Amino acid sequence: MSDDPIMTMQGVTLGFGPKIIQSDIDLSVRRGSIFAVMGGSGCGKSTLLKSMIGLLRPKSGSFHVGMQDYWAGSDAQRTEINHRFGVLFQSGALWSSMTVGENVALPLQMFTRLDARAIRRLVELKLALVDLQDAIDLTPAEISGGMRKRAGLARALALDPDILFFDEPSAGLDPITSARLDDLILNLRDGLGATIVIVSHELPSLFTIADDGIFLDALTKRPIAHGSPRHLRDNSTDPQVHAFMNRQRNEEGSAS
Amino acid sequence: MVLTEAPPPAGTTSSSGKALNGAAQYQTVLQEKTLCLVLTGSWRSHDAALPTLSDKELSAAGATMISCDTSGITDWDTGLVAFLWDVRRGCDAARVRFDMAALPHPMQQLLDLLPEQTAPVIPARRTRTPFLEKIGIRAEAVLAEIGIVAGLAGRTTLAGYRSLFRKGGLRSSDLLSDLFNAGPSALLIVGVVNFLVGAILAFVGAVQLQKFAAGIYVASLVGIATVREMAAVMTAIIMAGRTGGAYAARISTMQGNEEIDALKVFGISVSSYLILPAVLSLVVTMPFLYLYGCLIGMLGGYVVAISMLDITSLGYFHQTVIAFGISQFFFGFIKSIVFGAFIGLTSCRIGLKAGRSAADVGIAATRAVVIGIVGVIALDAIFAVIANSVGI
Repeated sequence: MSDDPIMTMQGVTLGFGPKIIQSDIDLSVRRGSIFAVMGGSGCGKSTLLKSMIGLLRPKSGSFHVGMQDYWAGSDAQRTEINHRFGVLFQSGALWSSMTVGENVALPLQMFTRLDARAIRRLVELKLALVDLQDAIDLTPAEISGGMRKRAGLARALALDPDILFFDEPSAGLDPITSARLDDLILNLRDGLGATIVIVSHELPSLFTIADDGIFLDALTKRPIAHGSPRHLRDNSTDPQVHAFMNRQRNEEGSAS
Repeated sequence: MVLTEAPPPAGTTSSSGKALNGAAQYQTVLQEKTLCLVLTGSWRSHDAALPTLSDKELSAAGATMISCDTSGITDWDTGLVAFLWDVRRGCDAARVRFDMAALPHPMQQLLDLLPEQTAPVIPARRTRTPFLEKIGIRAEAVLAEIGIVAGLAGRTTLAGYRSLFRKGGLRSSDLLSDLFNAGPSALLIVGVVNFLVGAILAFVGAVQLQKFAAGIYVASLVGIATVREMAAVMTAIIMAGRTGGAYAARISTMQGNEEIDALKVFGISVSSYLILPAVLSLVVTMPFLYLYGCLIGMLGGYVVAISMLDITSLGYFHQTVIAFGISQFFFGFIKSIVFGAFIGLTSCRIGLKAGRSAADVGIAATRAVVIGIVGVIALDAIFAVIANSVGI
């Protein structure tokens, strides 16, 4: 992990139409770190993620990936940057009319000049990395929810991205599978040298893997804490953050 | 242990891969029973295909251990991991030890995630069914499907009967919205199509009948054709395309979202909650759309006849009224009720039978439209035979 930021956000305000979801978001994600986006249900975590992967234009503020201003460029430039991204959606978001193998192969077919054999080899590797080598010819409908999530991860890895975005990776998984996924994320970060942004409220997993983060508040509609989840758990003076991180009921706030 | 730079004193050297500067390539260096793979260049998989290792190279050298030297690699991604994975599996197959110790930590970590052995993928064997058997299987499936739709019709009727006396099951708001969608919203398109069909009939009829100075019979032609066949069939075809497809898509999407499963678990009857409003909306609106279609069709014929032929409005009206009896209206009325029930039931059944993927929704909607249209025309043929034998 190095200190130079790979992504920075300055004064970003997010919303749909007249409705403001979050405002004044400042953050910087260091290269090679695992950055957690935390907060209670409905505080705008997934919305923040959407604005980072190009699905929602911020109302104001700037977002830089490397040296490039992400939202200032054209759609084509944004697509170019997006090829450095891998996104794991909440429920996998596999294309249901294709097999698992075809799901992973599609980006490779579209954006590389590799022949079918080389693609097949890479697809087998990506699926083996997430322990799904036997599911290559199954359709998403034929595999379980946890497998669908891992297949989504294999697809996110298809183009060897620098930056991986995970939306609730452990939601709906049992503790053991979820812990395995955490190990996998750490291994991938160390092995591939990727930077990872993770949206989650799964505390055990956040404490294990994340080394930086931002805490969004639903009431004031702005970030109220920055730092690693472990640091926030032990040192935060904000009652809201403290309650969230220590799983206490909070009388004033809406955090769960 | 691992020999890197020095040329082998008594070993063999072979090279593979393209000799381009910076391109991924490897060399094998044999040193005292250890085969060292010296990897150099940029091992990024997306720009060009990477070299692959042949099993022969591993076993031919007679080495008992294989190690890798990756110090000459400038750049790498998972393509390199795929190569190393092949090496490890090749070692396994050749019963040679693979020494990972010299690899950088990230590569070791990724290799650790990969399974030691992979079962060869056996392609599923395709059994060929003889042609006659295929026909038989299809025919059996069609008959079974007719049976299921009949069962569904029975359950839906029962659900409708029950909901008359008991609360639960049919929700009036669902029924009202379905009624609105199948009725008033369809008026425009049903009107346009029937008007044009009436006008076309009148036009074709007028051209022929004028030759015999029988232009006035255009009114009878248009009247009988619309009331007996056209209004009912055209309206049913439109509703099959419009409403039947929508119902099938709606129910199959619910299937994909596990909404049907949720209904079943709650013990909410699918036939009364989902199918009854759909079928009822078509059964109720279709006869009225039929009457409306008749009127508009005759209006279309009237407009063409008045503008093309030397007929008065009163004459056209009189000729239309004496052309058919009330029994023909009644027959068309019954027909359109049957068409409505048929479209509603088949489209719901197709939706319920659909798979859970996004493509399945499209397939279900298409199938509902096709089966609806073909079925309506087939039913109409049966009705024509019945009408003939009854003498309407």
